[in-house]
Amino acid sequence: MRMLKFIIPLGLFAVLGAFLFKGLYRDPSFVPSPLIGKPAPAFSLPSLQDPAFPVVSSELRGKPWVLNVWGTWCGGCRAEHPVLLEIAQQKRVPIIGLNWRDDSVQAQGWLRDLGNPYSAVAVDQEGKTAIDWGVYGAPETFLVGADGKVLYKHIAPMTLDVWNKEFLPRIDSAAQGQP
Amino acid sequence: MIRATLRGGSILALLLAAWLSTMTSALAVDTQAAFADPVQQARYENITRELRCLVCQNETIADSSATLARDLRREVRRMIEEGQSDEQIRTFMIDRYGDFVLYRPRMTARNFLLWAAPALLLLAGGTVALIYIRRRAAEADVETDTDRADSGTNMS
Repeated sequence: MRMLKFIIPLGLFAVLGAFLFKGLYRDPSFVPSPLIGKPAPAFSLPSLQDPAFPVVSSELRGKPWVLNVWGTWCGGCRAEHPVLLEIAQQKRVPIIGLNWRDDSVQAQGWLRDLGNPYSAVAVDQEGKTAIDWGVYGAPETFLVGADGKVLYKHIAPMTLDVWNKEFLPRIDSAAQGQP
Repeated sequence: MIRATLRGGSILALLLAAWLSTMTSALAVDTQAAFADPVQQARYENITRELRCLVCQNETIADSSATLARDLRREVRRMIEEGQSDEQIRTFMIDRYGDFVLYRPRMTARNFLLWAAPALLLLAGGTVALIYIRRRAAEADVETDTDRADSGTNMS
């Protein structure tokens, strides 16, 4: 009984301490997306390559696809670009670029100089589609399932590690779900 | 002595100037023209002051000069002009950015425990204190009883 008096507060303190300790290593700049599991916001935006042809999100339904938010003003986008090129080479899913609040001429130059990993690039000049997707920084990368629902969101430059650990398994299990 | 106070005064003036300059720059963030309707303008100011700019995190979208904050202010403006309610605008933001976008958090099933924690802790602490005090009082009673009993035996 006397021991219990000592152990209970100590236990409570340990639990509190564990939570606070875990909190020390959480990144406050990472805001989880409320979109996961919900239908991907629809968009119809002019294409970067040919503004006469719109990029329409509903046309992508039926197979998984990736949305990558980028801009030439974004340093992290330059860092992840080689990774996107490598992912595009795998030809597992189409990568759709969302060119966020950018200069289209500069963006075209970027793709010419660094290579183009995108199946299509939608131009979001006003940042309206970015808001619909809850984008608050670039680069951000979303995975959308065949049913048009958002499966995953990665904030920060894409790496092969993230691609292999978070994206590929979800693409595989989505593919298995379909006969 | 006089020189020292003078210097102190000028430092104070400098600090004041620095503080004032930050104030004016904060006021100049939103360069959009005000609503013609003062009620709409008041609503606009209220809402933008309660929404977090997620790029800068510790600024409201009313205070931030970030591009995203500017875009979000434009969306709030558009929704007010379209006649949407404050609640609809807040829901629009939460649907896209989650509860973190609100500076005044809502009570939800997920954070209910956090909201209830002060009351629960007070209740738990109060119960422990009550039990402790009662027990102490009972022990004190027993002690005085035995004292009396002891003195009784001594007397005989």
